[in-house]
Amino acid sequence: MAYRYFATPRRKFIIADTPGHIQYTRNMVTGASTANLAIILIDARHGVIEQTCRHSFIASLLRIQHVVIAVNKMDLVDYSEEAYLKIVDQFKQFSSRLRNIVDVSFIPISALNGDNVVDKSDKMPWYQGPSLLYHLETVYIGSDRNHVDARFPVQWVIRPHSDEYHDFRGYAGRVSSGVFKPGDDIVVQPSGFTSKIKAIYADEKEVDEAFSPMSVAIRLEDEIDISRGDLIAKPNNPPESTQDIEAMICWFSAEAPLAVRGKYVLRHTTNEVKAMVKEVKYKMNINNLHKIEDDLTFQLNDIGRISLRTSKPIASDPYQNNRATGSFVLIDEQTNQTVAAGMIL
Amino acid sequence: MNYTIDQLAQLEAEAIYVLRETAAQFENPALLFSGGKDSIVMAWLARKAFWPAKIPFPLVHIDTGHNFPETMTYRDSFVENLGARLIVGSVQASIDAGRVREETGPDASRNMLQTVTLLDTVEEHQYDAALGGGRRDEEKARAKERFFSARDEFGQWDPKNQRPELWNIFNGRKHHGEHFRVFPLSNWTEMDIWMYIQREEIELPNLYFSHKRNVIKRGNALLAECKYVSPQPGELAEEKVVRFRTIGDATCTGAVESDADTLDKIIQEVATARQTERGTRADDQRSETAMEDRKKEGYF
Repeated sequence: MAYRYFATPRRKFIIADTPGHIQYTRNMVTGASTANLAIILIDARHGVIEQTCRHSFIASLLRIQHVVIAVNKMDLVDYSEEAYLKIVDQFKQFSSRLRNIVDVSFIPISALNGDNVVDKSDKMPWYQGPSLLYHLETVYIGSDRNHVDARFPVQWVIRPHSDEYHDFRGYAGRVSSGVFKPGDDIVVQPSGFTSKIKAIYADEKEVDEAFSPMSVAIRLEDEIDISRGDLIAKPNNPPESTQDIEAMICWFSAEAPLAVRGKYVLRHTTNEVKAMVKEVKYKMNINNLHKIEDDLTFQLNDIGRISLRTSKPIASDPYQNNRATGSFVLIDEQTNQTVAAGMIL
Repeated sequence: MNYTIDQLAQLEAEAIYVLRETAAQFENPALLFSGGKDSIVMAWLARKAFWPAKIPFPLVHIDTGHNFPETMTYRDSFVENLGARLIVGSVQASIDAGRVREETGPDASRNMLQTVTLLDTVEEHQYDAALGGGRRDEEKARAKERFFSARDEFGQWDPKNQRPELWNIFNGRKHHGEHFRVFPLSNWTEMDIWMYIQREEIELPNLYFSHKRNVIKRGNALLAECKYVSPQPGELAEEKVVRFRTIGDATCTGAVESDADTLDKIIQEVATARQTERGTRADDQRSETAMEDRKKEGYF
C-alpha cells in the first residue's frame, strides 16, 4: 500500500494505491477509510463483474460518498453508446443495494488513448458529461463533513504551569464533527458533566469557532475532571453512550481468526477500552453480496457483522452518520497488532 | 456558513493531531531535528500543538560533525526561540568509542554512520517514539510509510509488517524494547512545506537561498568545498551561484545551480522542477533501493 501525490491548479490529490484482488481486501478497506472518492474501473467488454461488486461494496461499507464508474477500454467496443448505457444500467440495478454511496457518476473513457481522461474525447459525441480529471477537480466535497453533530474527542490536556498561564487547563483535540463556539453549553461523555465553553484556541490565539477538521484547544468555565478519551458534545444532541456495540468488521489478521468470546483492545477516537466478542451474526460474500450464515469463522479479509460488549461505555455514533465517532479498530493484546477495522451500526 | 479550511490548514491540523497523539500514546518521545526545513516545520507545529505549554519532548539532533556551520548557528537560535530542550547525539563520539568506523576515500560520508548514533541515542535516553520529518512524496520507500511506523528491538523497519492505519486511529502499543518512528508530515509535499514556510514567515538557514559558493562536481552532485570536501585529482572547485534543496551532512548534500534567493523564487523553482529534492543527495544515488535499505537498518 503506497500513497501518491499530485496537484492541479484546482485541487491537490492523494491517491491510495492498493491492489484490487480479493486477497488484498484488507488493504482496500484501509485505503478507503480516508478517501473522499473512489474510481471503479469497468472493462467495457465485460461489464459489471465480481470485482466491480467487491470494490463497490467496500466503497459503500467505508462510506466513500463519491464514486466514479469509469467505463474503460471504450476503444475496444468502437466507442459505442449502446455498450456504455448497458453497463450504466447494469451497475444501477446492482448498486441499489448499496446504502452509503451518495453520488455516482459514470464516465466512458479509454485510458490507452486518453479519451475523456484529461480532455473531452471527440470519439464519443453522444457523451455530454465532463472528462475524468475535470470531474475530480470539481466534484463538491464540502458537504462530506458532518457539521451538525458537535463531537470533540479529548486528546491531551494542556497544563502550562507557567506564571503567565497559571490556571490554564486546555483540552486539546481535533473536532470530529459539528461546530463549537465560546459560550456554547457542552456535555462531557461518558461522565455526563456539563459546562460552558470559555474560550477556543488555535494557532496560539483565541478563535471564534472550531469545526472539523480543525485541531484546537478548548477551555471550559468549570473545573471538571476530563481526560484523554472523553468526548465533548452538546447537551441537546449527544452521542449514545453504550457498552453494547453492533458493528460491521473487516478481519485483518493472517495469524489467528476472530475469537468468539475473545477479548480485544478496542480503540475508538482517542479512547481505549476492552471489548469482548459476544456473537458473530453473519459474514458477507463480497463478490455477490450474499450473507454467509453457515461458516462464521472470520479469517483474514473476511467482512461481516458482530456484536461486542465493552468494559466501559463508549460515546459513539452510527458510522453512517459520522465516520470519526462511528469507527474503531480492534487490537490483539498479545501481539499489539491491529486485527480488525469496525464500523458501528 | 462556509465551514472549510484550506489545504495547508488541513495539513497543519493533521500534523498537530499526530504530534498530540505521539505525546499522549508514548511515555518518552523525542523530535528528530536536523536543521533542515522539514524538521523546522515539524518543530514549529509542535510549538502550536502544545501552546501555551512548552513542547513536552526534547529535540534531538544527530550531529555528524560534518555540518555546515550555518546549520549549527541556525539550530541553536531556533531551539532557543522555541523554548525547547535540545539533545545532541554525536557521530564523532560513536567513532571515538569505536562503535562505528569512519568511511575512507573520496566519497567518504558519515551519513550511514548516523544510523548507529541515532539508535544509540534512542537507547541511551530510552526514547519510545522518534518524530521524523519524512514525507511520503520524497521517495519510493517513504510512500509506503505509516504515520506510526513500528520498529523492532534492533530499530529495524519491516515494510511488510506495518500496522494498517484506518481513519485517524493510530496504534502505538508496543512491547518492551520496541519503538516507533512517527511522521506527522506524511501527507505534505515539498511544495506544501515551502508554501507553509512562506505563509508562517518561518526563518530558514540561509543555505536554502541562492548564494555564491565554491563547489566541486562529483557524479551528479555539486558538493560544497569545505573542511570535509576537497577536490580530488581531476576535479576542480569553481565558484557558482547555488542553493541547497536539502540540508544534511556536508559531505553528501549536493547543491543545485539556482538564482532563487527569495521564498517566492524558490516556490517558482519547485513548481517547475522535475528532479526530486533528494535527487541531489549522493547518499540516495548509491543504489536504486538505497533509501529502503537504509530504512530497514533504522535510518530516519
